[in-house]
Amino acid sequence: MPIVIENLTHTYMPGSPFQATAVHDVSLTVGDGEFLGLIGHTGSGKSTLVQHLNGLLRPTAGRVLVDGVDVFAKGTDRRAIRHKVGLVFQYPEHQLFDETVAKDIAFGPHNMGLDKEHVEARVLQACQWVGIDYQALGDRSIYELSGGQMRRVAIAGVLAMQPQVLVLDEPTAGLDPRGREDILTMVQRLHAEQAITVIMVSHSMEDVARLVNRIVVMNKGRVAMDGAPRQIFTRGEELRAMGLDVPEAVRLADALRARGFAIPPEACLPEEVCAAVAQALGEVGAC
Amino acid sequence: MLRDITLGQYHPGDSCVHRLDPRTKLVLTIAYIAAVFLVRGFVGYALAAAFLLGATRLATISVRFLLKGVKPLVMILAFTFVLNVLFAPGETVWLTWGALRVTREGVLTALYFSLRLVFLVMGTSLLTLTTSPVALTDAMERLLSPLRAVRFPVHELAMMMSIALRFIPTLLEETDKIMKAQMARGADFESGNLLRRARAMVPLLVPLFVSAFQRAAELAMAMEARCYRGGTHRTRMKVLRYTRLDGVAAACMALLIALIALEGRLYG
Repeated sequence: MPIVIENLTHTYMPGSPFQATAVHDVSLTVGDGEFLGLIGHTGSGKSTLVQHLNGLLRPTAGRVLVDGVDVFAKGTDRRAIRHKVGLVFQYPEHQLFDETVAKDIAFGPHNMGLDKEHVEARVLQACQWVGIDYQALGDRSIYELSGGQMRRVAIAGVLAMQPQVLVLDEPTAGLDPRGREDILTMVQRLHAEQAITVIMVSHSMEDVARLVNRIVVMNKGRVAMDGAPRQIFTRGEELRAMGLDVPEAVRLADALRARGFAIPPEACLPEEVCAAVAQALGEVGAC
Repeated sequence: MLRDITLGQYHPGDSCVHRLDPRTKLVLTIAYIAAVFLVRGFVGYALAAAFLLGATRLATISVRFLLKGVKPLVMILAFTFVLNVLFAPGETVWLTWGALRVTREGVLTALYFSLRLVFLVMGTSLLTLTTSPVALTDAMERLLSPLRAVRFPVHELAMMMSIALRFIPTLLEETDKIMKAQMARGADFESGNLLRRARAMVPLLVPLFVSAFQRAAELAMAMEARCYRGGTHRTRMKVLRYTRLDGVAAACMALLIALIALEGRLYG
């Protein structure tokens, strides 16, 4: 189920003194099974862009095609599109509302009109995906959970609709390193095992470096770069000019290369850089 | 969607109307409303309109925008107009239809009443368009400060108002976000009967209330951490001062009122 964005522009509050164009003539195609990282500095338009993917925002100009269907054409069932393109907002735990964990996760599938058994099956499945113990926590109140657990329950609430495309807006914001790692591993596993397309919005290269197979960098509402992580990471100077940076391992590799060490340019992940450094020092097997 | 609502509709700017002391603007708006009620005939309304147009021009706000504020009033306007036309007493009969009579006096009264309402709304709109809500509460606090003598909690009231105003955009943004998040989970806020729609609000209202209370608690804590303790001995960052501009504006208003009073003589 590919997503095609054609010349999309979005202007907030047009015609008022507060008018602001957040997205500027963006065209992008996201193919099946891709794991795409959408990176940009605060205010670069990435959150605005992803809200068009399931028809929450109407483009000021341009259009979005989900599986070949124009999201805002007459007669398009946008609710059906929202079942297929699951969007997890920033700080999704703020949207939790129901009495119990299980009921809250059931909100999405219930809205799809599924019967009780199917809803329950999906809730169970979603809990399993995000690593929430349904037996122990299903009947608990949302407010008894820890921050990390709330985040995972909120993600489960979207996953329970079993979308074919999962869009996550800053899924690790405000979590401790442990919670961050948990969420990232979970997303990685979902992408690998369920063969869904994942679009992850982030301002941190560190988070996406090891996960995604394509990075789109946004700057001031436009697409500034689009390519494989390794390609993107060779453009450190440009990234820094946009208030972004390459991952720490890449920075180290760059610095060593500048000092004359033979570090291959494709070394990006910490393990790869470590191995390359070991080899350069003649200590193979140190990593 | 909700982001498009601007409460009080403050239009930031740097015109001479924007720069007027908010106290002046508040008092003059009240004076303007009083003047509009003194008007007896069309000449007076023309004067009032000219004044409003001039002020709007000076404030660099488009008249179209000002008229927008009248839009929600169209129903009330139509209602009062029709009622006045049909039921105001009068002698010069223009039209009779059964028990209903349309008289010259009735039509005139209807017109005057409608004009009065329109000017009232446009005048106050001009105030809120050119004065930030914070400046307005500030002005209110200063104007009401004599009431402190009778133990009226002026400062506390003003503080409550400015906090409420300050959080309206935040809460709107929050509402917008939660609404979208629930819509992403298939929530439907638009269709169904009244009961269904009311039920559909639960997933919106519960998180909104939770976050509003959380924010209130955090704000209270932050204020206490900075030793806030109400009005006594507080100084302000922006001290309100009258300038010559305020004198000029007041003189213009006095002139308008004088002219309108003269107009009253005109009709005897």
